Amino acid sequence: MIFSLVRNFILESCRTVGRSILHFFESVGRLSSFAVRSLYFIFVPPYYPRMIFRQFIDIGYYSLPVVGMTTLFTGMVLALQSYSGFSRFEAEGAIATVVVLSITRELAPVMAGLMVAGRIGASIAAEIGTMRVTEQIDALRTLATNPFKYLVVPRIMAGLLMLPILVLIGDIIGIFGGYLIAIYKLGFNQAGYLNQTWEYLEYMDVVSGLVKAAVFGFVVALMGCYNGFYSDRGAQGVGRATTNAVVSSSILILILNYFVTQLFFGS
Amino acid sequence: MSALFSKKTPVTPKIEMDNVHKAFGSNKVLQGVNVSVNPGESLVIIGGSGTGKSVTLKCILGMMEPEQGTIKVDGQDITHIRGKERDKVAEKFGMLFQGGALFDSLPVWQNICFGVLERGLITRKDAPDYAVEKLRSVGLKPDIAYLFPAELSGGMQKRVALARAIAGDPEIIFFDEPTTGLDPIMADVINDLIVSCTKELGATGLTITHDMASARKIGDKIAMLYQGKIVWVGDAKKIDKSGNDYVEQFINGRAKGPIETYV
Ligand SMILES: Nc1ncnc2c1ncn2[C@@H]1O[C@H](COP(=O)(O)OP(=O)(O)OP(=O)(O)O)[C@@H](O)[C@H]1O
Ligand SMILES: [Mg+2]
Repeated sequence: MIFSLVRNFILESCRTVGRSILHFFESVGRLSSFAVRSLYFIFVPPYYPRMIFRQFIDIGYYSLPVVGMTTLFTGMVLALQSYSGFSRFEAEGAIATVVVLSITRELAPVMAGLMVAGRIGASIAAEIGTMRVTEQIDALRTLATNPFKYLVVPRIMAGLLMLPILVLIGDIIGIFGGYLIAIYKLGFNQAGYLNQTWEYLEYMDVVSGLVKAAVFGFVVALMGCYNGFYSDRGAQGVGRATTNAVVSSSILILILNYFVTQLFFGS
Repeated sequence: MSALFSKKTPVTPKIEMDNVHKAFGSNKVLQGVNVSVNPGESLVIIGGSGTGKSVTLKCILGMMEPEQGTIKVDGQDITHIRGKERDKVAEKFGMLFQGGALFDSLPVWQNICFGVLERGLITRKDAPDYAVEKLRSVGLKPDIAYLFPAELSGGMQKRVALARAIAGDPEIIFFDEPTTGLDPIMADVINDLIVSCTKELGATGLTITHDMASARKIGDKIAMLYQGKIVWVGDAKKIDKSGNDYVEQFINGRAKGPIETYV
């Protein structure tokens, strides 16, 4: 009796674990093939300039305020924090360098990535998910249009190209935020602070940040499109797709951030 | 129309499904569907919810691939074709989706002209006029051309969707439950429009529905799908004397009979 109960329990657990593992690998496979296709179709005509333009505006232009605000305050906080920390061992002179390096290398791309994941990832998943559920994606097929080229490619392109631009602007605003605090609150000398800002900044610091931005932009657009495309039926399905898009792209951003950093500055 | 073709002249059927099987995992949805539709004919497939009517359509449209069996259009085997070849065949098709499936980010005129613009049959400049013409043939006023789908009532959306389905003059038009969600009068209006539009184009029609009034009105022939097979097919006028227990039960809407009501 007991034996068979235990045996059933073990068998059932194995089954559940096995199923989850299979399911996991199935999803990974599906996602990889989706990612490859989305990149491949960037190079295959026809193109939809109208759709591409709309996504550039949606993803690039309309994200500016959010990204601007986050990077501005991040820069300000950085100046404040490093001042209060560094004054303990009289290294206040380094705060301009700390601000500029943290902003360009890390904080602008990661903050912008996460903000855009929330703003854009969710709306992409919701829009495409709704189109899936209401059969609009099937309708595209019957109207001689490849939904991949029409829906996915413009968003992927916008993610890849717009995020670096956003981050570049975010870099400038973030550095400016630090500058504001340093000059008007902490009483630094203007010329000295600016000098300090450029002194140790290298080309690679900015470039690595922009590469990160492109990767994050791709991830956000990809996860939004993927989750929307494979959304389950019904309003609940679309809701889940939206949540998954945001959560998965945020986590992926943080993970990939490590690997890109390793790639650039690991050795 | 079907009477024009006597039994002796061999006609190539417009659509021919032979022994089509389609399963999702252990759920065997289609288990050998055989059906054929002659040119200019209108076939209605009836059947309960979840019997695989939509799946049948999707197999013909190429959105799903059957595991077994063949599907032919104009004698050409299209079961497994893809890419350019598939696009070519798709140009013969028009489809009215169950929920309309209008693109909500585009105004009505762009919805109607989407396919013909995509195929380069008309220019963008001519598109609004083209849309208005199609709106007229489904009994809608031209001024809605610049509205968005969300601004239309359900009945109007169905009509716009019909206008989109007949744009580009398809040879075969598919209707997926064209009357569900409409009041009986609007349903009848849509039925009439479907009949007049298909006749006008001389198109072949394939409709799936569980609305018997609609089936009688639209269909030249009716086929009944049950447990993955066509269990009866015959003249629409003779459906009341089918002598088939499944059909009898279905058209009379009885809970008791050979059809198992748990799904
Ligand atoms: N993409 C899919 N993946 C898995 N199963 C599916 C899929 N599409 C349909 N099915 C299954 O196939 C069966 C038939 O579905 P189908 O949509 O063809 O029904 P239907 O006859 O059109 O019903 P209704 O009248 O309710 O629209 C159902 O059991 C459904 O769960
Ligand atoms: Mg259906």
